[in-house]
Amino acid sequence: MSGPRWIKESMLRVDHLTMRFGGLTAVNDVSFSVGRGDITALIGPNGAGKTTLFNCLTGFYKPTVGRIGFSPVGALDEAKIETLTATGRKYSRDGAVYLLERMANFEIARKARVARTFQNIRLFAGMSVLENLIVAQHLVLTPASGYGFFGLIGLPSWRHAERAAVSRAEKWLDRIGLTHRADDLAGALPYGDQRRLEIARAMCGNPALLCLDEPAAGLNANESHGLAALLREIRDEGETSVLLIEHDMAVVMAISDHVVVLDYGQKIADGSPAEVRENPAVIAAYLGVEEDEAEELSGEAQP
Amino acid sequence: MNDPLSPVSRALKDGAIGALIVGGLGFPVILFRADPDFNNVLALHFRWPLYFIFVGIGFVLRFVLSLWNARRAPKIEVHAAPGKKRGWLAPAGLAALVAYPLLVLALLGPLPALKWVDTFGVQILLYVLLGWGLNITVGLAGLLDLGYVAFYAVGAYAYALLAPLTGFGFWALLPACGLLAAAWGLCIGFPVLRLRGDYLAIVTLAFGEMVRIVAVNWDVVTHGEAGLFGYPGLTFFGLPFIPGPHGFDAHFGLKFAGVHKLIFLYYLILALALFANFVSIRLRRLPLGRAWEALREDEIACRALGLDTANIKLTAFALGAFFAGIAGCLFALRQGVVTPSSFTFTESATILAIVVLGGAGSQVGVAFAAALIVGSSELLRELTFLKAVFGESFDPTQYRMLLVGLAMVAMMNFRPRGLVSTRQPTILLKDGAS
Repeated sequence: MSGPRWIKESMLRVDHLTMRFGGLTAVNDVSFSVGRGDITALIGPNGAGKTTLFNCLTGFYKPTVGRIGFSPVGALDEAKIETLTATGRKYSRDGAVYLLERMANFEIARKARVARTFQNIRLFAGMSVLENLIVAQHLVLTPASGYGFFGLIGLPSWRHAERAAVSRAEKWLDRIGLTHRADDLAGALPYGDQRRLEIARAMCGNPALLCLDEPAAGLNANESHGLAALLREIRDEGETSVLLIEHDMAVVMAISDHVVVLDYGQKIADGSPAEVRENPAVIAAYLGVEEDEAEELSGEAQP
Repeated sequence: MNDPLSPVSRALKDGAIGALIVGGLGFPVILFRADPDFNNVLALHFRWPLYFIFVGIGFVLRFVLSLWNARRAPKIEVHAAPGKKRGWLAPAGLAALVAYPLLVLALLGPLPALKWVDTFGVQILLYVLLGWGLNITVGLAGLLDLGYVAFYAVGAYAYALLAPLTGFGFWALLPACGLLAAAWGLCIGFPVLRLRGDYLAIVTLAFGEMVRIVAVNWDVVTHGEAGLFGYPGLTFFGLPFIPGPHGFDAHFGLKFAGVHKLIFLYYLILALALFANFVSIRLRRLPLGRAWEALREDEIACRALGLDTANIKLTAFALGAFFAGIAGCLFALRQGVVTPSSFTFTESATILAIVVLGGAGSQVGVAFAAALIVGSSELLRELTFLKAVFGESFDPTQYRMLLVGLAMVAMMNFRPRGLVSTRQPTILLKDGAS
């Protein structure tokens, strides 16, 4: 196969996704792919339907129409998606292909390993920073605690599992530079630290796809820079691909491998950052002018 | 400060406003009193002295409070550093609890000790057990349950019905009562999975009333308002607490005394309450307990992390209900009679007040609050010397609700987050794994 990586090695394929709220169509017939090992950015003006699309992907909304095929490991097998669609099941028996639009939100996080953060930060504010990272490892720790019973009588296997969870949390605390605040309440952290902690918490579950809703919102230039470096590191480690909604164009252009642009619920562009930057429809959407005018503008800009 | 009034004149002004409010509110309530005369016709009396006493009290209290607030207002609140160890409190409290019934028995003798072991020992411990049970649902998982007494009732009725029917002893039925109540906890849990906050409170309130009304009306099984009695009582590992050669006292060569049964019941409840305490403290440090607290903090974030919030809510309901069922079984043993009137909404409200006053989520705070609320209202009965001051018709127990109300207002003013409001993290980085 030829073409860019998000077509050749896709892990997520969204087909004809439509989400209607009563008479309002927030997302209208959107299709795109996300490549494994890419940082994919979803951009668009306010109200373009980015967060709605995110909520459909992570199961917080049930899309009105459309299909979302996902594969946490290996290639996304076209034939398997088709057979799965025909059966009415949520995921294939071997765990290779998931149809996210059929799954509940916690199943998507648990089985398909899609983690997400929120536009308005949702930490467990009354719990300590370390506890936030331990709760994120609930899925591993619960069987290790014998569903509570081994832990109640204090078996060593449980202690061992908890120590492993703490060291994983410590690793992430170190990476986001919050080790010194591990025992403070998460709600007491400054805004930028809370954003980073939410990313670390999502990463503690070892996700295959990390979905970030405006991770750089409210950060200063220095912090955005650090965030971009962190996301690049996460991608380069190869375990986790990243899908993000972002308004900060400097961040988007610097770190993305692939950019999808939405406007009024429809996809208007899809390609590499360089391609998208030249796209007249995108310029029109962002500058708020008609498309032919934008073409003239971009023509002037590039002699 | 740009406040032109001095603290005293400000307090005087506040006091006047307070007196006006008390006067306005008390005008119809305190001033008028309607008594039937000989012809059974209501005659209106005016109680001017009493009315002015209340207005005066309103003025003085508001004046003092205003002065007090003015004095402490500019101070900046200094919070104690977290993690301060108060290790002596729990062992000392435990030792006092273990020694209490024997001490009372030694000091007062068997007959007067009965009341002190029963109302101040067994009853308070029952509420501590209930408070710790509800603390799991309300304090840890953040699910506001106003119908908690329903599970208490299920436990009590389960014992009173099953004991004569099956012939099983107390030890076999105790876990059965707990499990039945937990099953009811699951039953109420399923329909309310999607509800939170106010809506959850309304539904659980209705559920609590439903259980009581079924108990009132299902004559064939529950004997209605008359209730169930005559079921087998408490035995000491098979030895009944009865006078005569086959009883507990004869077997151990003691003189028969009713208080022995209550002392045994006291230690039994103490052991079970400590078990409940152990379970909740341990669970807080386990994934399930942390998931409960995470659920209280943010349900949506829980789902995004893959936590099955439905299961987590159900376990919180079921475990809270389990301890209520156990408390209900012990209640049936203590009372010797189970009637629906023991399981009114007031009971739910009292248990919830204990949890809220104690500081939701805190074990020690809940125990103190139980002793305070239940103990103080019982202590009022002991204040017979007040009759000498206020006259023979004065009944201090009539003022119970007034005092509870005052305690609540004082709490909201001085400790709005409960007696013990600092939350200890379940794990600290510097200790490594717990």
